[in-house]
Amino acid sequence: MFPIRLLLIGALICAALTGQVSAHHEDLQPKIQALAAGSLKDRARTVEALLKTGDSRIIPVLQHLAAGSLYVRKSDGLVVLTHKTGASYDATAPLTGEVTAGLAKRALKKIKANNSLRRRIKKGLSLFALSSPEEDERLAAAQTLLTSKDISILPLLETRLEAEQDEEIRTALLEAKAAMTLQSDASDAEKTAAISILEEMGGRQAMSLLSQVEPLLSKAVKEQVLAAKGRLESERQLWELLQNGWYGLSLGSVLLLASIGLAITFGVMGVINMAHGEMVMIGAYTTYTVQTVIQSVAPGLLEFSLLFALPLAFLAAGSVGFAMERGVIRFLYGRPLETLLATWGISLFLQQAVRTIFGPTNQEVINPSWMSGAIELGGLSLTLNRIWILLFAIAVFAALFLLIKRSHMGLQMRAVTQNRQMASSMGIRTPWVDAFTFALGSGIAGIAGVALSQIGNVSPNLGQTYIIDSFMVVVFGGVGNLWGTLIGALSLGIANKFMEPLAGAVLAKILVLAFIILFIQKRPSGLFALKGRAAQS
Amino acid sequence: MISRFLFKGLQGKIGWVAGAILLLSVLVPFCNLMLPESHLLYVPDYAVSLFGKYLTYALLALALDLVWGYCGILSLGHGAFFALGGYAMGMYLMRQIGPRGVYGDPILPDFMVFLNWSELPWYWWGFDQFWFAALMTLLVPGALAFVFGWFAFRSRVTGVYLSIITQALTFALLLAFFRNDMGFGGNNGLTDFKDILGYSLQTGTTRAGLFAASAIALAVCLMLSSALIRSRLGKVLIAIRESESRARFLGYRVEHVKLFVFVLSAMMAGLAGALYVPQVGIINPGEFAPANSIEVVIWTAIGGRGTLIGPLLGAISVNLGKSWFTAALPDYWLFALGALFVAVTLFLPRGLMGLFSGYSTKSGKSGNPLTRWLPFLASDRTGGKDQ
Repeated sequence: MFPIRLLLIGALICAALTGQVSAHHEDLQPKIQALAAGSLKDRARTVEALLKTGDSRIIPVLQHLAAGSLYVRKSDGLVVLTHKTGASYDATAPLTGEVTAGLAKRALKKIKANNSLRRRIKKGLSLFALSSPEEDERLAAAQTLLTSKDISILPLLETRLEAEQDEEIRTALLEAKAAMTLQSDASDAEKTAAISILEEMGGRQAMSLLSQVEPLLSKAVKEQVLAAKGRLESERQLWELLQNGWYGLSLGSVLLLASIGLAITFGVMGVINMAHGEMVMIGAYTTYTVQTVIQSVAPGLLEFSLLFALPLAFLAAGSVGFAMERGVIRFLYGRPLETLLATWGISLFLQQAVRTIFGPTNQEVINPSWMSGAIELGGLSLTLNRIWILLFAIAVFAALFLLIKRSHMGLQMRAVTQNRQMASSMGIRTPWVDAFTFALGSGIAGIAGVALSQIGNVSPNLGQTYIIDSFMVVVFGGVGNLWGTLIGALSLGIANKFMEPLAGAVLAKILVLAFIILFIQKRPSGLFALKGRAAQS
Repeated sequence: MISRFLFKGLQGKIGWVAGAILLLSVLVPFCNLMLPESHLLYVPDYAVSLFGKYLTYALLALALDLVWGYCGILSLGHGAFFALGGYAMGMYLMRQIGPRGVYGDPILPDFMVFLNWSELPWYWWGFDQFWFAALMTLLVPGALAFVFGWFAFRSRVTGVYLSIITQALTFALLLAFFRNDMGFGGNNGLTDFKDILGYSLQTGTTRAGLFAASAIALAVCLMLSSALIRSRLGKVLIAIRESESRARFLGYRVEHVKLFVFVLSAMMAGLAGALYVPQVGIINPGEFAPANSIEVVIWTAIGGRGTLIGPLLGAISVNLGKSWFTAALPDYWLFALGALFVAVTLFLPRGLMGLFSGYSTKSGKSGNPLTRWLPFLASDRTGGKDQ
């Protein structure tokens, strides 16, 4: 039995590798012509026969058949590969390569294929691709074989393995071979080896492959499958944990962006700025406006529109903030509850203004190409825009931190918030410091709006979606403390995302809110309470 | 004893206003039902429902004023108590639909049949009885306010922090009631009511009756609040508003007083919600929206907090304005409301009531013609400062 098998394999390999050993023009032509005749069932049989020839010249024929562009020329009944140019068709004879251009549609008759036939062709062609000179094609072919249930190609795989030099493709072939070995009648030892290969491969696919073959196996091997599945499962859980951690970080960065401006206006200045969300909204609408302008003026710069939008959003939101402080808030210092009401009024006003100018519907903000896509890292999938937002949030935080701790303006800001009279006696113009601090906080909110426009809807209600979350973050982190805001945002984001799989998205959010409500009872001044003199005010 | 307590509340101008509201409770239904449509004093049907709704808003504003105006607790979550009262009433009204629903299930409301629920959840039990539902409209908001206030006041969460967490409370409830599996109709809420206590909600008589009920409830609550404010407890309330720590050092149990008035106020808000729902015919999670609660604050502020009549005046005038604006200039209502917020806080810290009494406090004599001719309009308390 064995030698015969070997011979057979040898023949098949030769066929696959060299292509033209047995197939001559004369043999192949009638087989291709046979595609035109008979029912779909006959056609399937012809396709099998063609695949069996192992001749690489059938590849375009079968590809055209699968794509629905294989036709019969009515004039001489020849099967031709067609290519549509405008309203007419160019026909190529499959073997001679002779081209007839400009055929009308009625001069041709389509050879139909159904889905099962297309699948068969795809699988058959992937075997051809295994010996393709292109590494990409070989790899793709090896990967598609993984799900193949056709164990008859196992011997072919083995010979390809011997010939293959590329490490990555070898691995893919080994994995495909392992999957097939488990389905074949190989010995238990071989199957054990196959299981460990699949386990090494890991991921969801290995899991489902193992589950599929499990009932076919002998008792001893079955136990190994179960053990491997257990290990795979715990590995998957680890990845899931990491993925959740990433989602949490990502949500945390969004919260951080949304609340960092509030950490200045509310946290440092003590102004209950209910219009904070609207500053974020102004930033988002600035992004939209900048993109619209760029699209009409210089479409080539659209990729970099966000870079233009950043300073403009800072200026737009900052100047609105400046006007708010000068016009309303400065009259209300020391009356926090009234500030709350007045700023709420301003927020209604701004919302309606935006609604009047831009309309009540969502505006579409374009994602630049460098922000779309995702990175696969092991079992993790990290979308690029989230990565950018995380980095951006950290950058904004760092810049703000340096500004407050290291710059002259920051020094004045801190002086005024710690002791207004003393700062004033030292010659600091406290009203201007107030105005610029408020403008800074608003401007930062505007910058956040640029980033948040990339992941959410840009609508007049944008600010409303963030305002409660932002207050929660600042209150949770501790008022007057930037580090508190950072830690607060990240921990709330992560807590939210870890609860989500257990309780569902909405319930997780409710639980987080309830937790904060209880937390404030326990520590009314947040995670990082101010100590010393600043705490007394 | 209770009657004497209430009677004490009748003294002064509050008595006039309460009397006027009670008179309205008779007069409006009479003008609606008895007079022919051509009559000069005829009140159309829609106006009865509309003003009935305003009266419940006024009651809600009064409830808020009790905690904010008199005790300095700015609750940004009073809409939650209002909505909870409304839901309790809505549950009763849902059970009254019985087999007349779209799916014809004798016990389960339509949305539960739609969600393939096989039996009534336990928290719906008893809501087919009016007395139980009526009790719940008071007890549920009261219990929530008790638990919330117990934690918050004991750990001395005050001022802005309290405002923010009350806002978080109503936001959390908003999210919760949006969930279908909460069993309160999810996004759509409870609606399609048929009748109350056996009377169809569609008839004019029922509507007039609901108006009268709202007016009576408002008048009673007004007298109750007035009596409360004039009592010793009321003085302590105001002391806490003016200086919480001083009141504490004088030996008053500040937490207990605040908790009491917070729970009382929540119950009043719940009552307002319960009267509101049958008149508008729907209750949905939108009532929990933080924006709604803040709007109640502005009614109170515009009318004049720290007065009992101010909130009624504010709620009714702002809502009249809203009805007019949304019909005539729908795009400009939010501009007007926003401007109101800013203008009132900047220029009218004591609200409309402050306008009437403004001269008398400044010059020491009753120089304002309005207050001279209509003495009951003068506020008995000026709005105090926050904490």
